[in-house]
Amino acid sequence: MVPVDYYVVLSAVLFSIGTLGVLSRRNPLIIFMSIELMLNAANLAFVAFASVYETFSGQIFVFFVIAVAAAEVAVGLALIVEIFKTKKNINVDEMNSLKG
Amino acid sequence: MHLSETVNTGFYSLAPLLVFAPVVGLLINAIFGQKFSEKVVGTVASLASGTAFVVSVLLAYSVAINHGHAVSVPFAEWIHIGNLELDWTFRVDSLSATMMLVVSGVGTLIHIYAIGYMHEDVRFKHEEGRFARFFVFLNLFIAAMMVLVSGDSYLMLFVGWEGVGLCSFLLIGFWFEMDTLARPSWANSNAAKKAFITNRVGDFGFLMAGFLTFWNFGSFQFDKVFEAAPAIAHNSPGIIVAITLFMLVGVAGKSAQIPLYIWLPDAMAGPTPVSALIHAATMVTAGVYLITRSAPLYTLVPQAQYIVAMVGAATALFAATIAVGQYDIKKVLAYSTISQLGFMVAAVGMGAYVAGMFHLITHAFFKALLFLSAGSVILGMERGHHAHAHHAAHDDHGKGKKKKEEHGHDDHEEVFDPGDMRNMGGLRKTMPVTFWLYMAGTLALAGIVPFAGFWSKDEILLDAKLHYTSVYWQLAIAAFFTAFYMGRQIWMVFFGEARTEVAKHAQESPKVMTVPLMVLAALAVLGGGLNLPFEGFHNLTHWLGYTLGEVEALPLNLGVAGVSTLLALLAIFISWWIYGRNPLKAGQPDPLKKPLGFIFTGMENKWFVDEGYGVLILTPFKKISQFLADVIDWRFWHDFVHDTVIAGTYNWLSEIVLSRYADQKGIDTFFNSWGSFTQWLSGNVRKIQNGFVRSYALSVLLGVVLILGYLILK
Repeated sequence: MVPVDYYVVLSAVLFSIGTLGVLSRRNPLIIFMSIELMLNAANLAFVAFASVYETFSGQIFVFFVIAVAAAEVAVGLALIVEIFKTKKNINVDEMNSLKG
Repeated sequence: MHLSETVNTGFYSLAPLLVFAPVVGLLINAIFGQKFSEKVVGTVASLASGTAFVVSVLLAYSVAINHGHAVSVPFAEWIHIGNLELDWTFRVDSLSATMMLVVSGVGTLIHIYAIGYMHEDVRFKHEEGRFARFFVFLNLFIAAMMVLVSGDSYLMLFVGWEGVGLCSFLLIGFWFEMDTLARPSWANSNAAKKAFITNRVGDFGFLMAGFLTFWNFGSFQFDKVFEAAPAIAHNSPGIIVAITLFMLVGVAGKSAQIPLYIWLPDAMAGPTPVSALIHAATMVTAGVYLITRSAPLYTLVPQAQYIVAMVGAATALFAATIAVGQYDIKKVLAYSTISQLGFMVAAVGMGAYVAGMFHLITHAFFKALLFLSAGSVILGMERGHHAHAHHAAHDDHGKGKKKKEEHGHDDHEEVFDPGDMRNMGGLRKTMPVTFWLYMAGTLALAGIVPFAGFWSKDEILLDAKLHYTSVYWQLAIAAFFTAFYMGRQIWMVFFGEARTEVAKHAQESPKVMTVPLMVLAALAVLGGGLNLPFEGFHNLTHWLGYTLGEVEALPLNLGVAGVSTLLALLAIFISWWIYGRNPLKAGQPDPLKKPLGFIFTGMENKWFVDEGYGVLILTPFKKISQFLADVIDWRFWHDFVHDTVIAGTYNWLSEIVLSRYADQKGIDTFFNSWGSFTQWLSGNVRKIQNGFVRSYALSVLLGVVLILGYLILK
């Protein structure tokens, strides 16, 4: 059996890759993908600890996260489509009209 | 003193009517006077005064049937503070009843006379609307005088004292708005002010006496004061001397004695009934009444009595000499009044209270008669003036026109003065009734047997002879002058030929004026019967003895009476020699002017007393007040203290210190710095919000890392 440390490290690596993606990319689609990566890194950690402690609550939580992620992607993609319609561009750095 | 259990009968409860009958009369006239006809106004006022007279008679009757017991009639509570209780109480005794009778009796006759007098006077002055006002004031005077004579304390006496002073002021200045060529309007109001201010000096004395009385006796009430007086006089006689002498100052003001008599001659600016009522018969005798009322105090201090007697005697002589040099018919009588008041004050000063009161009564009769007759003469002259002007030019409407006519006709007179004796002459024929009335008054005043003035004056002279010889001689000489100036007046006014057209056309006065005069004339002739110096006829002595204590009634002293009669007859003879034998011609100077020289000039100009007061008091006073107003108030106080010091300091403080330094440099800087700091801070802080989503995300990350790092490393 694979020790839980491996899962946790993998999860951390995935999370870090996702974070870097969110911070460094300008394309919102890529950013979304990176966010999914971070969510899934979290899911992995949930599942791993759920199997270690032999409880279901972690696995149930993962379901919720997947559902919320799906809903979030749906809203996000709709926003991106609308932004594109108005700006003909989806570069996140161009979306700075709330600047102080 | 004597309480009510000794009094079973009498009309004492009517006493408040003395004051309130005239008050009701004056209220009616004050409210409705403008709507009533003159007859109604006069009748209301006369009835009000007449009611007071009836009440006085009833009160005198009550005193008589109760054997002269003094009765206090409490009327109203006035001031109650702690133990201090000052009430308005009427005091009815033989002395106050006597004064009440004189005031209301003579007052009522003068009210009736004034109906006729003012009817014409307001028309000659073209001021018909003033009729009611006159009677309001006249009734107010009667009320105030009644408060004065009926009060049972010095406080109520003072209330009345001030009240009559006010009425005197109002009535002297009655024609304050009259502006004629003969008299500019300020002359009347100035006369009123002079009287008021001079009396203020006297009232200061009265007030001091009142304060001293209250301080030392703890009461204003006559009975309490007199009861405690002997003990205080024994311990510290100086107090009584001070009280009596301060009182004398008040008396000098009100009763026109040296040195405060100067207001009375000027008071003749008022209508003649006022001169008769207030400035001859009643108000000016208030001082004599005050001393008589305070007899128990004065008797304790012979020094003060002596001073009072000397002041009175000096006034009597001094004023009599001035009267000789006067040309105005009323001015002569005014100085005569001062002189006669001097007789009374001298009498009460010598302790001859009965003689003083006797002379007060007879003087009220004959001097009121003389003044009212003089008023009749003046109005007769006015009528003559009217008729003459009408005759000369059939157009006499308007005062100014009349004056011009007059001016054209009689070259020697600029402005016609109806009171100037030099304009008169021969009025015996045109005004016979007034002439005989005037004669009665003159003989009474001159002291000819058996007229009233003889008996009263003789009583005073006899007392003077027994007490102070110097007073006796002053009074005797004054009596000589009295007879002389009255003789001069009679010859100048009624005898000889008319010196002006006006006098030629003079007309007799109507009955409403002459009938009260006849009553007064009868009193002036028979008034001596009140107190004849024969056994069994000392009525007034016994009557006043109830209040003043029984005194020995002096029998007739043929020496004194003979000397005074001889002096009077001699004076009348001399006056005939000078003025009657060769009547004065129009424009001719007084025949005494040449032989007497500067002495007559002095008499003519009242011995320059007014001028002396002007130099001694008024000019320095005006200079000081001008200095105070100009230098102290305006330049120092206003310009320097207010403008320079206070306003300057204030400006400097507000402009330089507070505005420039405290406000601009201090407070403004603080708040401006605070503002710019906030601006600087926000300018920097807003840079964080750069709009880059990724930078926000980075911040979140950093935050998470920091929090986690803290939690882990903790």
